[in-house]
Formats: sequence, structure tokens, C-alpha cells
Amino acid sequence: MAGQSRCGNDCDIAVIGGGVVGLSVAYGLASRGLAVTLLDEGDVAYRASRGNFALVWVQGKGIDLPDYARWTMGSAAAWKNFAETLRRDSGIDLALEQRGGLMACLSERELEDRTAQMSRLHNAAPDCANVETLDHRQIKELLPEIGPDVVGGTFCRHDGHVNALRLFGALHEACLRRGIAYRPNAPVEALVQMANGFRIATPSGEIRARRLVLAAGLGNAKLAPLVGLAAPVRPQRGQVMVTEKLAPFLKFPLGTIRQTDEGGVMLGDSKEEVGFDTGSSHQVLGTIAAHAVKVFPLLAGAQIVRSWGALRVMSPDGYPIYDRSVSCPGAYLVTCHSGVTLAAAHASTIAEAIATDIWPDAIAAFSARRFGDVPAAA
Amino acid sequence: MNCDLLIIGAGPAGMAAAITARQAGISVVVADENPAVGGQVYRSVETGPLVQSDLLGADYSSGRELAEVFAASGAQHQSGTTVFMIERTQTHGFTIGLATSERARMVEARHVLIATGALERPCPIPGWTLPGVMTAGAAQTLLKSSAIAPEGPTILAGSGPLLSVLAAQYARAGVKLAAVLDTTPRGNWLKALPHLPGFLMSPYLLKGLKLLREVMSAHRIIRHVSALEAVGEGQLSGVSVVASGRTFMIPATTLLLHQGVVPQVNLAMASGVAHVWSEARLAFEPALAPDGETTVPGLFIAGDSAGIGGAQAAQARGLLAGLAILDRIDPATRASRQTQRSRAEASLARSLRGRAFLDALYRPAPQFRMPADDVIICRCEDVTAGDVRRLIARGTQGPNQMKAFTRAGMGPCQGRSCGLTLTELFAKQTGRSPQQVGHLRLRAPVKPITVGQMAGLADAEQRD
Amino acid sequence: MFRRLLEPSRQVTIFVNGQALIAAVGDTVAAALLLTGNTRFRHTAKSNSPRGPYCGMGVCFDCLVTINGEPNRQACLALVQEGMEIMTGAAAPKLAAYKRA
Ligand SMILES: Cc1cc2nc3c(=O)[nH]c(=O)nc-3n(C[C@H](O)[C@H](O)[C@H](O)COP(=O)(O)OP(=O)(O)OC[C@H]3O[C@@H](n4cnc5c(N)ncnc54)[C@H](O)[C@@H]3O)c2cc1C
Ligand code: FES
Repeated sequence: MAGQSRCGNDCDIAVIGGGVVGLSVAYGLASRGLAVTLLDEGDVAYRASRGNFALVWVQGKGIDLPDYARWTMGSAAAWKNFAETLRRDSGIDLALEQRGGLMACLSERELEDRTAQMSRLHNAAPDCANVETLDHRQIKELLPEIGPDVVGGTFCRHDGHVNALRLFGALHEACLRRGIAYRPNAPVEALVQMANGFRIATPSGEIRARRLVLAAGLGNAKLAPLVGLAAPVRPQRGQVMVTEKLAPFLKFPLGTIRQTDEGGVMLGDSKEEVGFDTGSSHQVLGTIAAHAVKVFPLLAGAQIVRSWGALRVMSPDGYPIYDRSVSCPGAYLVTCHSGVTLAAAHASTIAEAIATDIWPDAIAAFSARRFGDVPAAA
Repeated sequence: MNCDLLIIGAGPAGMAAAITARQAGISVVVADENPAVGGQVYRSVETGPLVQSDLLGADYSSGRELAEVFAASGAQHQSGTTVFMIERTQTHGFTIGLATSERARMVEARHVLIATGALERPCPIPGWTLPGVMTAGAAQTLLKSSAIAPEGPTILAGSGPLLSVLAAQYARAGVKLAAVLDTTPRGNWLKALPHLPGFLMSPYLLKGLKLLREVMSAHRIIRHVSALEAVGEGQLSGVSVVASGRTFMIPATTLLLHQGVVPQVNLAMASGVAHVWSEARLAFEPALAPDGETTVPGLFIAGDSAGIGGAQAAQARGLLAGLAILDRIDPATRASRQTQRSRAEASLARSLRGRAFLDALYRPAPQFRMPADDVIICRCEDVTAGDVRRLIARGTQGPNQMKAFTRAGMGPCQGRSCGLTLTELFAKQTGRSPQQVGHLRLRAPVKPITVGQMAGLADAEQRD
Repeated sequence: MFRRLLEPSRQVTIFVNGQALIAAVGDTVAAALLLTGNTRFRHTAKSNSPRGPYCGMGVCFDCLVTINGEPNRQACLALVQEGMEIMTGAAAPKLAAYKRA
């Protein structure tokens, strides 16, 4: 049972949030020998980890922040080992594939813009991912089913994807096997700092922890100010569809079309500012489908078996926020949008930084102080 | 094809609502995925091969009259048309997605009535995915629409009124079953007893006794069956049975399962309608106002998708919903519909009498709802009860997190074959009520449409 | 195994896995196949186990067959038509299968 682990109501460190970010950090902390309690909400929650597109994606990341380009690249490079360790710790294979990824462009104009962006990024962070521009013919050689409307695209060989639901499940299993005390149905309502740690109030009881990590996704916005941190994150909706299972035909993922290891083709994913609304709409789904049909005309005949809307955890500039509290020492904040891509970095570098309380240069750029003043503890 | 009222389902509830609404001359469209009107109970009632015979019983024939009135009502019947989503518009109306095998489109309607009926409760027994195992409802559908019956050793197993109805229909057709296996738990009789008076005054009593006589004289009935297993290598070859403590095997090429019916909830849940768990009927039912309106204003539900009540109740509920919709459109003339309303209310009350007795008597035993660990519960993704129990023990919070971890409910049937089982497994193991556990979140499109059809929806939007 | 209780009034010819077959107007594809003794309509993509019609009313998606080149059609909802070509036994379709669609 989940409750039988070595640390329950009193622990070294509490991680708040059971999405992939919280789980990755908790897994990294437990692997470093800390007694971790992981607090999560119930079955119905905003949980991007259940609805994401599962890309381990590098190209185009960090256009305005070279540190983020490096950070992403580092995580992608660490993913192979991470997946292997996680497989050993959980018994679950994540179906990681890093054979490159393509952004398909449907007009010359789009292709030019995209190419210009990629070279700007390359100039800012020359040590990072190399992105090639391919024309229609070159893409057709790689993906014979591509449609005539695809004029070209940008390809990066560091891109890839995983089975995101198995990542989610494997992190859970590995955390439990590493002795983490998992406390579901325990939404954190209040945080109070005391002489030697924190009191964490949930409807299912109080927990004491010497230190704590906020990794509650969209929930961080409310929790952070309680411990002298700021998490100005907002929801951004993405709608996704998946088709019936097809025989494998896609050798590598596209930015908005990928075939899962199980065979379904995922079509994504919109970027909508609609607040806390996880619904879907035929206009948006229709637009996504229309784009997919232009890229792979034969897909028009495939049946959509499910669709969903999920909320991204977005900071004002879209980059992660990693912070430690000045006014409440021992409180940390970890939140980001690309939690799948960054899972490897969260389980290693971030977990190490928190475990040792030594903040490496690589993450210095990601403090919320870049957005202005950080409030004092409530 | 925009309209005042769009009805989904052309069974007794949908047809009755359409007829009622058409009295006031409003425009009504009725969409149904089947090729002809009738729904499940009156399937093929207009043109089926058995409409002239009395094999299917008097109740079936009464559906013909309804179908005739419906055909003359002026409601537009869209057959072979699946409704895959209902969205609310800004202007207090609805946009409804309709798909035929050729194309999908969105139409607008001021009011919507969901009358999609029931589906059979999942019957997860060992081997229920073997070819040759079907539901009793499937077999009855084949009988009604094509006059087809099983040949070779056939077993009918389970509990519920449909079991006797089908057995009697087969008896009349000269089809002999290898056995009828009654899984009704012994103790149910005692629990049903307090509801007996209502049943004695209901139309079910006489019908039930007559059916029972027919069934008993034609087929071998084995009662007190407490376990069933479908056996075979890639194909059913027999059924292993435990009855009154004895275990034995009956060879069979067809096994027809039934454990009662439950409301179809996918479209309503995906449209945001709140549902509540019925402990008496072990199913989720929409939260409805007395006139059939859901928690989504302007969206109504009638018939078995409102709660299982049978054909007569469905028809009465359809009529009442039709009247309520007319009241919304033209409140001034509400009083003129009072007589009709009272009559329908009385008819509904009459047809629901005796229902509580049937609910208690035919309440399926727990082992037929929450099977042993090695039994598949999600047919689409091959997830077993054991997979689910193990993860519940690991702290998995509920059906939605379970779906992420196991893929249960992710296949094309969208949880129709495993949703209730998941909820009940959670409730049992965690001590919460099924209401607290909740149901898998359901979403549009509630039936698959192609990527091309979906893409067409965006094109149409741009043209406007 | 299934049989007809009545002789059909109007007939059509369909092709099941290339073999010509007589069916009745008004039959679903599932009914027509069951009458030939065929209960194994498809194989699951996940475990490659055989499946056939279960619910008979469009709920379970276990009756999927290829109809006139279109993969994964529900046999219990589709009506037979003169000259219809039906293929059983398929698992996950190839993308190229949608050429006809
Ligand atoms: C449509 C879409 C597509 C995406 N595609 C990709 C992709 O291709 N690649 C990629 O790398 N990333 C992708 N992402 C992003 C990725 O899914 C997220 O970065 C990641 O899931 C964020 O993880 P999280 O743990 O921060 O948040 P979540 O997964 O949202 O989890 C937050 C957790 O915190 C819990 N919680 C909240 N408040 C409290 C509280 N008070 N007490 C206790 N618990 C609380 C919640 O219940 C939840 O379990 C995508 C996201 C979306 C929406
Ligand atoms: S038999 Fe269930 S969908 Fe056709």
C-alpha cells in the first residue's frame, strides 16, 4: 500500500503535486536518499501530465533565452539514460524514440520565417541543436505519405517522443518502489513555516516536512505566495485528438502529428487562452484536423476515437520557473511547460540542486525575479 | 437544416416527443444512427421480416402504430446519422454535430432532446471476449431485423426481464436453447418482497407469468447460477457453470449474456449534464427536472437514457419532454396542454409501478459486475480487473487517473464497456460510494468520425 | 452459428473475403457474416486475439470489418448492399488502406 513507506506525516521533504514535474523531482530526491512525501489532488484535477503531446522536443526552444535552449538540449540528451533507469526502477518501458523531429511548413512564407528563426536561435546558442531546412522532395524521401501542400520543413535530429502516459505511470511506480509516501486526495490548502520546517494542511490531515517543493502545476500560483515565492502561471488550453490504431507509418514525430508506439496517431495541439476550461470545440478540432489532412492526405480516412482538452502550465514568457525562497528557507518552486522534455533534467539537476541546496548556474536564469518583485511570505 | 428541436434517437421516447412537438408546428429533426425508426425495442418495426407475425409479442406490434404516427408527423427523420457532439452556442442554443458515413456537419437547434436509450450492462465474465459470446440484446436485434436465430447449442445466461422475453420469442420460433442459466441471486427475492404490492398492480405481473410459462415449457432452466466462464480456443466451445454449488460444463457455440440494461450516458455526460448514481439500479442517471430538463438549460433527456423504465415509460417521458419544450417556446399556451400532460404523467406513473420490484429482483450479483483479477474488463484495451485493483492499491485516485495508467476506457467504445465496472471496482476497494468515485470523463466526439470529416467542420466554418 | 427463420424476400450478392455470398436486403453486415458461420470478424491491435460482434448495437466496436476498402467499419450498423466487398480478420490498418475512403 502507498501509505506503508518509511515516511508519512513527518518527512525530510514534501513535494506538492503529482504530475510529471512533481513525480520527476520526487523520484530524483528519493534516489538521493531523502525521505519524500508526495501530495496530490484527487481524480478530477487540472493535470497536464494526462493530456500532453508527449514530445521530447528541442528545435525552436529558447528563441529569446539561450539558457533555455541549453537546458532543453541537456535534458533531451539525458533522456536515454533517464528512460533506462526508470525502466529498471519501474518495470515499465517508455517507448522513447529520438530519431529526429520535423516541423512541416505549408507555405514558402512559413518555411522562410521558420528557417530564419532557427538560424537566429543557432546564432544565440551555437552549442545547441542543429536544425536543417528540408524541401518537399527531401521530406518525401523520409516520409513518402507526405502531401503536396507541404513545401518543406525544419528537421532536428535531437527531437523525439515517448509514451507520455507510460512515463507518468512509470514515475509513479518508481517513486513507490523507492519508498516515497504517496498521499493522493490531499489537495494542499495551507502552508505555514515553523522553527524547523513546514506545516502542510490538507483535508485528509496535516503533514510536517523539513523542506518542501512546490510542483503543483497551475496550483502553484496560489501556493507560492504562502512561502515567499511567486508562480505567475496561467492555463493555456491545448486540444488534441487521437485516431484508431494504424500500422506504423511515421518514422519520427512532427510537431503536431505523431504516431504512438501503440499505433494511434495524435493530432495536436491548439494554443488557447480560455482560462480554466478543459472542454473542446469543433472549430478548433476541425482546424487541427484540416492541417493534419494537408500534411498527410490519407489520414482523412482514419477515424478519430478520442479528443481532449488539457491546460498547459504557462509562465508569462513560457519558460520554466525554478526558485528557492529567501524569506522561507527550505521552500522551492519547480514549474514549467515542457514537463515531459524536461523530466530528465528535473530528476537529476533540479533534484540535486534541491537536495544539496546548491543552485547551479545552469538554472539561475529561471528565477521568477525576471518577472519583477517576489512577494514576501504571507 | 437548422431547427427548433433536435431529437437524438428514434425509439419510443424520441418518436413520442417529435409527434408532440410537431402538434404545435415547430420544426423537428430526429437523428438516429440506425437505418430505420424504432430504437432497440421497436427495431425494424416498420419493415422488419417479422412485423406480420406474432412471434415478437403484442408489445412489439404496438410500436407500429407509433411509428406510423411519427412518419406522418412532419418531423424530419435523419436515419443512419450519428450525433457525435453537442455544443452550446452563445445565444442559448446548441450546435450539434451530425455524421453520416459520407460527411459530418454542424446544425443549430434551439432545444435538444437526448433519447438515446439504454445499453446492456457490461457482463465481464472469464472469456466474454471470445467470438461466439454475445449479448442477449444482440441476438434479439438479429431476430427483429433479420429473423435470424442461433443454430447449434446455444446458452442464454444472466438475469433480467429481457432474458425471459428472448427465451419466449425463441420458443415461439421453435428455437430450442441448450440451457437458460439464471444468475438471479437467491437472496434477491427476499429483498424484492417489500416492493411486491406495486408489482402486483403493474402490467408486468401477467406478462411476466405468461412469459415464464412459455419459457419453462420450451427450455431447460438452471437457476441459482453463481459463476459462468466462456471456454474455447479463439472461439467459444462451451460454458463452465457453477449452480447451487455444483460445477459443470455445457458445450455451446453461442453464449448470450445479459445483466440488465443501463442508460446510455456518453452523449449527455460529454455535453456537461450532471449525473447521479442510482444505488437501486446500479448505474449513473442524469439529474433531471420532472419535465426532463437536464442541468444544461434547454437540453432534455427522455426514455431509458433518463433512467430505465421500459418502452411505455419512455413514450410517456418523451411526450412530457415534448410538452415541456413547447412550454419554453410558447409559455402563453401552456395551459392548453394540461390535459395531455396529466394523461402522460398518469401513464408514466402506471408504467413505473412495479419497477422497484424488478430492480431489486434482477439486481446483478457482485461477481458478475466486479469479476476476478484475471478477467478482462476493458475489451478495447485488454485491461483486466487485476490491473485495476493493483493500481487502486497503489493509490490511484479514480477512473480518470486509472485511464492514464492502464488505458482502460481509451478505446473506440469510449468506456461504454468498462465505465461502470471501473467505478464499482473503485467504490468497493476504497469504501467510497460510486457517486464519490464518479465516472470516466467522457468527451466529444462520442462516436468516431474521420479526420477528414472533422476537417470539413473547420472548412464550413470558414465559408460562413 | 445462426440460421434464418424465414426465406428472405429480396436478395443481394456480397463478397466476403473474395467469396460471393447471398444476403437479404435489410441484413446488417454482421448478420450476413454470422449466417455463414463466421464469428471471428477481426483481431485486436493490442494482443492479436480474435473478436466478433458482442453488443449488436454499435456500442462495443468488436465487430469491425473492412467494407469496400474502408477499414474498421462497424458491421452491426452497416446494411448489406449489392456488390459490397467485406474483408474480415484485419488488425491495425495501413495508412494506404484509406486510399479508397
Ligand atoms: C496539450 C498539451 C501538450 C503538451 N505537449 C507536451 C510535449 O509534447 N512535450 C512536453 O515536454 N510537454 C508537453 N506539455 C506539457 C507537459 O504536459 C507539462 O509540462 C507537464 O505535465 C507539467 O507537469 P506538472 O506536474 O507541472 O503539472 P500537472 O501535470 O498539471 O500536475 C500538477 C499536479 O499538481 C496537483 N496539485 C495542484 N494543486 C495542488 C494542491 N494544492 N495540493 C496538492 N496537489 C496539487 C494536481 O492535482 C496535479 O496532479 C503539453 C501540455 C499540454 C496541455
Ligand atoms: S457488435 Fe458491438 S459495435 Fe457492432
